[in-house]
Amino acid sequence: MYQYDTHDQAMVDARVAEYSDQVARRLAGTLTEDQFRPLRLKNGLYLQLHAYMLRVAIPYGTLDSRQMRMLGDIADKYDRGYAHFTTRQNIQYNWITLEDSPAILADLASVGMHAIQTSGNCIRNTTADHFAGAAADEIEDPRPYAELLRQWSTFHPEFDYLPRKFKVAIIGSETDRAAMKLHDIGIQVVRNEAGETGLRFYVGGGMGRTPMIAPVIRDFLPPLQMISYLEACLRVYNQHGRRDNKYKARIKILVHELGADEYRRQVEEEFAHVLTLALEPPPAELERIKAQFADPGFDPAAPDAIDLSDPDFKLWVDQNVHAHKVPGYAIVTVSLKPTGGIPGDASADQIRLIADIGRDYSFDELRVSHAQNIVLPHVKKADLYAIWQKLDAAGLATPNLDLISDIIACPGLDYCSLANARSIPVAQKIATRFADIGRQHELGELKLKISGCINACGHHHAGHIGILGVDRKGLENYQLLFGGSEGADTSLGTIIGPGFTEDGVVDAIEKATDVYLAQREEGERFLDTYRRIGTAPFKEAIYG
Amino acid sequence: MVDTLIRLRDDAASTAPVVPFADLGEASNATAVRLSPGDDARALLPLLDRLELVEVAFPAYTDGRGYSSARFLREHGYTGELRAVGDVLIDQISHYHRVGFDAFLPNQPITREAVDKAIHTWPEVYQRTVDGRQPIWALRHG
Repeated sequence: MYQYDTHDQAMVDARVAEYSDQVARRLAGTLTEDQFRPLRLKNGLYLQLHAYMLRVAIPYGTLDSRQMRMLGDIADKYDRGYAHFTTRQNIQYNWITLEDSPAILADLASVGMHAIQTSGNCIRNTTADHFAGAAADEIEDPRPYAELLRQWSTFHPEFDYLPRKFKVAIIGSETDRAAMKLHDIGIQVVRNEAGETGLRFYVGGGMGRTPMIAPVIRDFLPPLQMISYLEACLRVYNQHGRRDNKYKARIKILVHELGADEYRRQVEEEFAHVLTLALEPPPAELERIKAQFADPGFDPAAPDAIDLSDPDFKLWVDQNVHAHKVPGYAIVTVSLKPTGGIPGDASADQIRLIADIGRDYSFDELRVSHAQNIVLPHVKKADLYAIWQKLDAAGLATPNLDLISDIIACPGLDYCSLANARSIPVAQKIATRFADIGRQHELGELKLKISGCINACGHHHAGHIGILGVDRKGLENYQLLFGGSEGADTSLGTIIGPGFTEDGVVDAIEKATDVYLAQREEGERFLDTYRRIGTAPFKEAIYG
Repeated sequence: MVDTLIRLRDDAASTAPVVPFADLGEASNATAVRLSPGDDARALLPLLDRLELVEVAFPAYTDGRGYSSARFLREHGYTGELRAVGDVLIDQISHYHRVGFDAFLPNQPITREAVDKAIHTWPEVYQRTVDGRQPIWALRHG
């Protein structure tokens, strides 16, 4: 994976110095809170309901054991011994003081990490397929492009005060594991008929209060024009994106209002100009980065067989282990969704244990998935049993990947100053209601996602079952959506009817799963049955 | 009144009246113009040889349209004074400088020393813009 050189390190060190000075000026009162707010946000520091929250960037979700260990140590040293992995492959600390924040950034910088642009109206941390470089179905590892993009977007002077935040996701497979079409820009590595590699640009997707699936704006771009094309995409947005209403300021609204064709025309016009400016890093830079993402030294003689005689181990292998591109290896997903737990939370000890396992069994590499789990990307099949035993002893081997209890949830009203309703207790109640793992397996793949407000940080639009918390006359109320998906078949969920109380929404979900079990045809997931039979049978069971 | 204008240029400041962009059509000989957010800098391209001062207004520093206007003008060869005017704060000076501004007229006075320090916030930069600095990728590959 990518390692900082002296240039990269100088940049994060400079940021620590700049931010420390800003905090000192704020504490001394020479910066007003209004002046300071956007500055701290660009360093990931939010003021939440009860304390400051610090969001730390994990570029494209990839990190090594030293970095992961530091994340655990920070949780102990500056927080309450735990932290929260997010849907943007980042990590958040919820109980931070302003005074401590410069020291945390310094600790992060010591392992090549930072909180740069994890908030604010700028280009945010780039996300990527969490199976990148390991998946059997990959055309090319997308992370070298993500790293190029990370560098280009870091302190970009023209695009630091955009109309609104800006999120880019990159994938290199036909299978979309990064919800790529629901981002401001989604980039897919593709091959054309001549066998050449190119980049397909989707622009103007998003969730929030106006969910949209991004249209294709460029079908095939030579990879060594990516930075120039991004410059053009962003410049058109910076100049013409709406600034009169923050709820209409994302690029999806601009693309929608102009139309994809007119947006494309304006981008192409700007792109032609940008190409004359020599803004693109040379091929040698992409090659330098690619070399750092080269395959680790896989053992070609690694045995492919797994002893599955332990039934609990078999259950976990069946659910949480994926095929690797190299025989004898596998991809392990560590579930951060124990029954009744808080989705995405991990204790400092758990974080350090995962770091050690990554160091000892996965070529020192770990990933954070947008589904708020941790991935060990390169594990020998022969080591799976030992890994499972270590994880199981730490409460990290729940065999529920992509099942109903593998819930994505935002922090909600327990922490967030924007939320209308709590998300965590709903997730806990659903996971507890369906605690029987045999029942979960019977229900099969069922992606359930909860947001505590319309901003959709919990991706409720993209859930097979989505839950949206709203404030209804001062009471928390939960709307239910069915039919969303974030994969290659991206679709947006539909609200099925009037909302529910916290307990009511759990009952309604149970009724919906009963309808599915009664009506499903061979091989159908919940989503497939819903798409085939529509809302009526579900509404009848829930409201009838 | 304290003169808060800070110029990073050696030539004399323009004394020409500054014409708002919207009135440019009636002032065919104007040599100084003011762009507000939303004004299309593209329309200035035919006038670049004549202009000696372009003021770019920042009514609120969070409105970043002026960054694109400035860089766009420099990319198209404008060499006159490019002045950031309004809610211009020390924490944005580095970015202003990188997109081509070489003069600042902030609402609240900033010292020349602070400006010089701010311009050197970043020891290196990742992007090629219009400030002549070599990006990190160029340093890596000569």
